[in-house]
Amino acid sequence: MANIKLDKLTKSYGDTEVLHHIDGQIEHGEFIVIVGPSGCGKSTLLRMVAGLETVTTGEVSIGDKMINDLEPADRDIAMVFQNYALYPHMSVEQNMAYGLKIRKLPKAEIKRRVEEAADILEIRDYLKRKPRQLSGGQRQRVAMGRAIVRDPQVFLFDEPLSNLDAKLRVQMRLEIRKLQRRLGVTSIYVTHDQVEAMTLGDRLMVLNGGYVEQFGTPIEVYEKPASIFVAGFIGSPSMNFVSATAANGVLTLSNGTTLATNTTAAGAVTVGIRPEHLFPNKDGVLKIEVDLPEKLGATTLVHGRISGAETAFTASLNGINAASTGDVLSFDAPPEFLHIFDAETGKRIS
Amino acid sequence: MVENRPFLTVITHAVLVLGVIMIALPIWITFVAASHDELRMTQAPIPMLPGGHFWENFTRTLFGSGLAGNEITPVWRMLLNSLVMAFSIAAGKIVISLLSAFAIVYFKFPFRMGFFWMIFLTLMLPVEVRILPTFEVVANLGLLNSYWGLSVPLIASATATFMFRQVFLTIPDEMLESARIDGAGPLRFFWDILIPLSRTNIAALFVILFIYGWNQYLWPLLITTDSDMTTIVVSIKQMLEAAEQSPQWNIIMMTAMLAMLPPILVVIAMQKLFVQGLTETDK
Amino acid sequence: MLKRVHFIKIMLPLLLVAPQIAVTIIFFMWPAGQALYQSFLIEDAFGLSSEFVWFENFELLFDDEIYLQTFWRTAVFSSLVAVLAMSIALVLAGFAERVIKGAGAYRTLLIWPYAVAPVLAGALWVFMFNPTLGIFPFLLEKINIDWNHYLNGGQAMGLVVAAAAWKQIAYNFLFYLAAMQSIPKSVIEAAAIDGASPMRRFWTITFPLVSPTTFFLLVINIVYAFFDTFGIIHAVTQGGPANATTILVYKVYNDGFVGLDLGGSAAQSVVLMFIVIVMTVVQFRYVEKKVEY
Repeated sequence: MANIKLDKLTKSYGDTEVLHHIDGQIEHGEFIVIVGPSGCGKSTLLRMVAGLETVTTGEVSIGDKMINDLEPADRDIAMVFQNYALYPHMSVEQNMAYGLKIRKLPKAEIKRRVEEAADILEIRDYLKRKPRQLSGGQRQRVAMGRAIVRDPQVFLFDEPLSNLDAKLRVQMRLEIRKLQRRLGVTSIYVTHDQVEAMTLGDRLMVLNGGYVEQFGTPIEVYEKPASIFVAGFIGSPSMNFVSATAANGVLTLSNGTTLATNTTAAGAVTVGIRPEHLFPNKDGVLKIEVDLPEKLGATTLVHGRISGAETAFTASLNGINAASTGDVLSFDAPPEFLHIFDAETGKRIS
Repeated sequence: MVENRPFLTVITHAVLVLGVIMIALPIWITFVAASHDELRMTQAPIPMLPGGHFWENFTRTLFGSGLAGNEITPVWRMLLNSLVMAFSIAAGKIVISLLSAFAIVYFKFPFRMGFFWMIFLTLMLPVEVRILPTFEVVANLGLLNSYWGLSVPLIASATATFMFRQVFLTIPDEMLESARIDGAGPLRFFWDILIPLSRTNIAALFVILFIYGWNQYLWPLLITTDSDMTTIVVSIKQMLEAAEQSPQWNIIMMTAMLAMLPPILVVIAMQKLFVQGLTETDK
Repeated sequence: MLKRVHFIKIMLPLLLVAPQIAVTIIFFMWPAGQALYQSFLIEDAFGLSSEFVWFENFELLFDDEIYLQTFWRTAVFSSLVAVLAMSIALVLAGFAERVIKGAGAYRTLLIWPYAVAPVLAGALWVFMFNPTLGIFPFLLEKINIDWNHYLNGGQAMGLVVAAAAWKQIAYNFLFYLAAMQSIPKSVIEAAAIDGASPMRRFWTITFPLVSPTTFFLLVINIVYAFFDTFGIIHAVTQGGPANATTILVYKVYNDGFVGLDLGGSAAQSVVLMFIVIVMTVVQFRYVEKKVEY
């Protein structure tokens, strides 16, 4: 059973600690996405699981076996790198066969596995070519082919789609997902793109500055973000935030507007609401002064400020809206769509 | 990477240290030899640890006239000759190459390609291949035994010209266009813009060329018969010959050290530039 | 080749290239032409009379057993130097690349022989191997090997090969190290994940990927062995004993300056010129076809 356990992992370079107390349990066959902004430590974490970085404290286990001291070759894992890392001087076939040759598999078996993987990935025609003769998308597939033939316990992906153009990225995203479902191999996928994260992962681990902010399903992360960071990171366009004081189920904003909530929170809080959850209502309590409308066709993004309080707010309206600079629009902010965070710690209250 | 191979790490360092010893051994032996008195240096085997006479030998060699009984020029004079030669060659090559590269890259003029190929041709004619006739030419021009004769024949360098050409080709066209709009003529552009942009390349090349110039052997050997024009590198050979009769190895080795020191210091002090110069000129 | 944006003037560029072209013509072209011309003449030692003899000098040259031997000897010499200097450098670079801290220190300690003039390298090695005083003959005697390179041709050759290779290791090391460091780390990591041990990674991944450098260094090392080793030979063995270490370039010097056989020496120069041209063409051809990864 290839379940993965991350137990109190930390990583330091010299005196600087870059990953703090990472905990997580990944079930066999799960597709986990580690997502976060640049520099949050997600690649480092992945590389620690791969054995390309050492663990400072804590334990990594695969299938209940601690692997901290095992070399990458002995961990029975396969990895797809951001720049594919194909062996430039070998053909596609040789690239895929390399790991199997080392493990001394019989020639017939190697051939079978390579051809099978090539069929799945539709790269059968390129087997004799060298990497430099392939396009980005093709190289990507070869990199995955190299991982598949190994039939490992775990697949690791380090931002494999970042070097592809937007259209290809969308296409490959689906293929990766389908492939993983079909093969059922436990996978960890690292990306900074939250859309990729939302569409690919069974569960998301949101990392920021070396801390795990939240580890949950895409829906959980969207509907109940555990902190201001997660709330602002997931979802596009991003959530709006405004400071307020909470008392007795009522939130008071700096401009005097009051919003009803179901929360028992009290004191200084930060309130969040997604642009798509601001409902236009000419009697609505939340008034926004329009700075700039963005007409995208299917939706219109209205960028503005809360009247009286200089907090920037964006609303997402359906279809093409005639709002223009200077207008004041009114919105409802229903309590069930309000996210309330502690003003100091940024953690979710309700 | 997680690597549980402490044995390999030990081997790695062992091999590298062995390599360093292999490379350093001759120099160490020379240093040791330069620090003993002559008597000790006539007894076999030669010592492996330094003696106490280093500074004594140093002053004697530098200011004395080399080997006793073989009155040639004082070593400091030879060091000076080497310095002038090396410097002239390096500076000369750089200046000439900058000018030619500039002309070939930035001007359209008759015979442009002809000149380019002519310069290219010189890559195929190292001095060793044309020694006799070049000697004749220099002799006919009356340049034997002079600093000019030592440096000028070695000054036309295809490698430097090509390197600068590469550098100039990568400078964006917009630079020239905006300079022109600002009113700069070609020479102004060359001086105010091209040269400052090529600064690191010039420095890197200077390091390489200085060493090249300092270490010249065959050419100075041929054209300097006057003992005060001898360069220090050439004098070593003469001392070796004299060693047959009166072996003063400590002086010989001290002279060798003095001959080696300037280029070595240059390489070490300017290592980064030096490596850059090497890897860029040999493309 | 020519910048898209350029000046159209005539006097100025001509003046700019003048110095280089002048030196090139006076000290390169003219002498080369002279060598070519002289190789078709037989002159007496006093230069008083000369006779145009077409290719006779060349015929004599290639009939000369000694010259042919020199040719062969030079080939052997340069192969030995190239192989020795390159393989040692490859191994050292391979190990140096593994060291994370201290790679810089090793590099500094290994590259400085580049700064030593070949003739000095020769002087140092001949000192170490001096039959009476040298430390190595002393040690060799203890295992019953008599060292005297003044008498033994094979030993003399061995000595100059060692001195020449010693000097060149530094240069090769630098290039190999740079080439190895430019291999993307992820390719090596992928090999590690695929299960390759360090030794295997070196031979199946690193070594093939530095092959452009290997070819490049091969040409450079051979040219070095052909020409720049003059100083070493002159300092150590003066071509002896009995011509055992006379290589082509040394013979040109010897026959021309010492033996005063101008025609013969000029013919040899021409042959050498031809060899250089072939090698330069090979190098440029190869560099054109640079293996693109």
